[in-house]
Amino acid sequence: MKNEFQVIADLIEKDKKVLDVGCADGTLMKFLKDNKNINIRGLEISKEKVQECIGKGLTVIEGNAEKDLKQFPDKSFDYVVLSQTLQAFLNPELVLDELLRVGKKAIVTIPNFGYWKVRFHLLFKGTMPITKTLPDEWYNTPNLHMCTIKDFFYFVKSKDIKIFKSLALNNLNTSIINESNLGVKNLFADLGIFLIEK
Amino acid sequence: MNTEKNIKTLIIKKPLKLDCGKTIKDFPIAYETYGSLNSKKDNAILVFHALTGDQFITGINPVTNKEGWWSYAVGPDKAIDTNKYFVICSNVIGGCMGSYGPSHKDPDQKIFGTNFPVITINDMVNAQYNLLDHFGIDKLFSITGGSMGGMQVLQFISNFPDKSKTVIPIATTSSHSAQNIAFNELGRQAITADSNWKDGNYTSNDTNPGKGLAVARMAAHITYLSKKGLQEKFGRKLQEREDLKFGFDADFQIESYLRYQGSVFVDRFDANSYLYITRAMDYFDLAKQFNGNLSEAFINTKAKFFIISFTSDWLYPTQENKDIVIALNSIGADVGFVEIESDKGHDSFLLDVPDFLNALKNFLDKSYEEN
Repeated sequence: MKNEFQVIADLIEKDKKVLDVGCADGTLMKFLKDNKNINIRGLEISKEKVQECIGKGLTVIEGNAEKDLKQFPDKSFDYVVLSQTLQAFLNPELVLDELLRVGKKAIVTIPNFGYWKVRFHLLFKGTMPITKTLPDEWYNTPNLHMCTIKDFFYFVKSKDIKIFKSLALNNLNTSIINESNLGVKNLFADLGIFLIEK
Repeated sequence: MNTEKNIKTLIIKKPLKLDCGKTIKDFPIAYETYGSLNSKKDNAILVFHALTGDQFITGINPVTNKEGWWSYAVGPDKAIDTNKYFVICSNVIGGCMGSYGPSHKDPDQKIFGTNFPVITINDMVNAQYNLLDHFGIDKLFSITGGSMGGMQVLQFISNFPDKSKTVIPIATTSSHSAQNIAFNELGRQAITADSNWKDGNYTSNDTNPGKGLAVARMAAHITYLSKKGLQEKFGRKLQEREDLKFGFDADFQIESYLRYQGSVFVDRFDANSYLYITRAMDYFDLAKQFNGNLSEAFINTKAKFFIISFTSDWLYPTQENKDIVIALNSIGADVGFVEIESDKGHDSFLLDVPDFLNALKNFLDKSYEEN
C-alpha cells in the first residue's frame, strides 16, 4: 500500500464510519476495514473498479461525487476521504463543500503543482510537467484544476474551514505543514494531506 | 395446465389476510429447492421469480422440459452456488405452476377464473414467508430476484426486516411507473379482447384465449430487449425468403421470432394468471405504503443491500434502481450499487452477462465468508 494511504489510515481512529470518495480498487478501504474495524463505504465512478471492490467484499456505490454525494445525510460519516481527485472535478469547491457536509471531518489529499520537480519541468523543458503524482500528458490528463499546497491552504482558510492537520509528503517522508514553513513545504512535497472540518 | 407430479406443494393452513380485504387459508404454495440446508441453517437463499417465472430456477423444468429460467446464475459453482447454498424458490400466489391461483377451484369446486381475489406483491411475500417456518429457518442468508422478483425482495425485507442477512434486488423498481402500467394494460387488453377469454371462464386448453395471451407476451417481450440488441440480432433480416412477399406473413425474422415467443408461452402459461400477476405489479408502490417516504420501508433492517441495474434496461432503468439506493443511503443503510454494462436490455439478468454474474457471485461469497 502506498505511503499516502498509510498516512491517511493513521489519521483515522478505530471503529469509525468512513466514506472513501473515488475509492478506486478499494486498497485503502480494505486496509481500514481489516486493520481498524472501520465501517467503510466507497463511491467510485469506474465500473471496472467497482467490480474489483465487490471482489474484495467491500461495500461500494457506483457513482459520481459531483452528483451522488447529495444523497448522503449531513454528518453521516465520521470521516470522508478524497485522495488525489479534487483537481479532477468540474467544480472542486462544490465537491469540497459536499465532503464537509457529509463528513464530520474530511481528509483531502492533493498532488502539489508547486513541487520543485514540477516547477523545474515547466521552467527548463517548457512542456507540461509529468511526475510520479502527475503521470498524464496535457491532452489526456483528468486534472482540470491543478493547485499547489499553498493554494489549497489559503483556499480552505478563506472558506473558514478548520485545518486540524496538514501534512507534506515527499516519497516516504512526512512532515507537518504550518503557516511559517508553507513556502518550503510547497517546494519540497509532491503531495499534501489535509484533515479538515467545517 | 399443471402437471401435478413433480410439483412440491406446501399447504398453508394459517389464514392470510390479503390486501384486497379477503382472507385465504388452506392454500397451496408450490416450491422447489436446490442444494442442501447446512446444520446451522445459515446458508439459505430465497429467490423470487419474475412475472412469467416459476419455482424451477435451474436444471430442466419437469413440467415444460425446458431449462430453468435462471440457469445461468443458479447451479453448482455458478453465481448462486448450489454446492454452497440452499436455494428455495416458490411459485407466486396468483401463478400457474401449482401455487394458489385463478386456475384453482374455489370451495364449491368451481374454477376461480376472475373470481380469484386480486393479489398484491405484499400478499405474495406474506404467503412465501411460510416457507421459512416449513424449513425451520430463522434467518435467510440472502433474498434475491430480478424484475418482479426484485419487487418481492424489497417488500419482503420491509415486512420482515430481520429475516435476511443480505438483500439483492436486481433490475427492479420500488414503484411501477406509468409506462410499466401501460405495457401491462396492453397485455391485459389483448387477453380480454380474445373471444375465448369469456370473462375468464374458459375451462379447457382447447378453448383458452391463446391468441390474446400470445400477443400480450409478444408486446412484453419487446420491452425486455433493447433497441440495439434487437437491431444487432435481427436488423431487417428476412425469414427464410429472398425478398419481401407483399403480404402479412412473417417476412422479417423479428416477426417470426416474436410469433414463436408468443406461441411457446401459451403452452406454459395461464391467461388469467397473467392478468392477476401484472395487476399485482401495477399495484406495487412501496413508498406509498410508507406515506411517500421509501426510506421508511427499510428503517428497521440491518441487512446488507446490493442493488444491480443494467445500462440498456429501459423497463426498469438505472435511475429507478438508484432511487432505492438513495432511499437506503439517506438512512445510513449498508448498500452497494453497480450498473452493469450490457446491451441485452431488461432480460440481461436472465442471460449470460459475465460482469453481472461475477458481481453477484463475489457479493454473495464474500458476504458469506464474513458470516
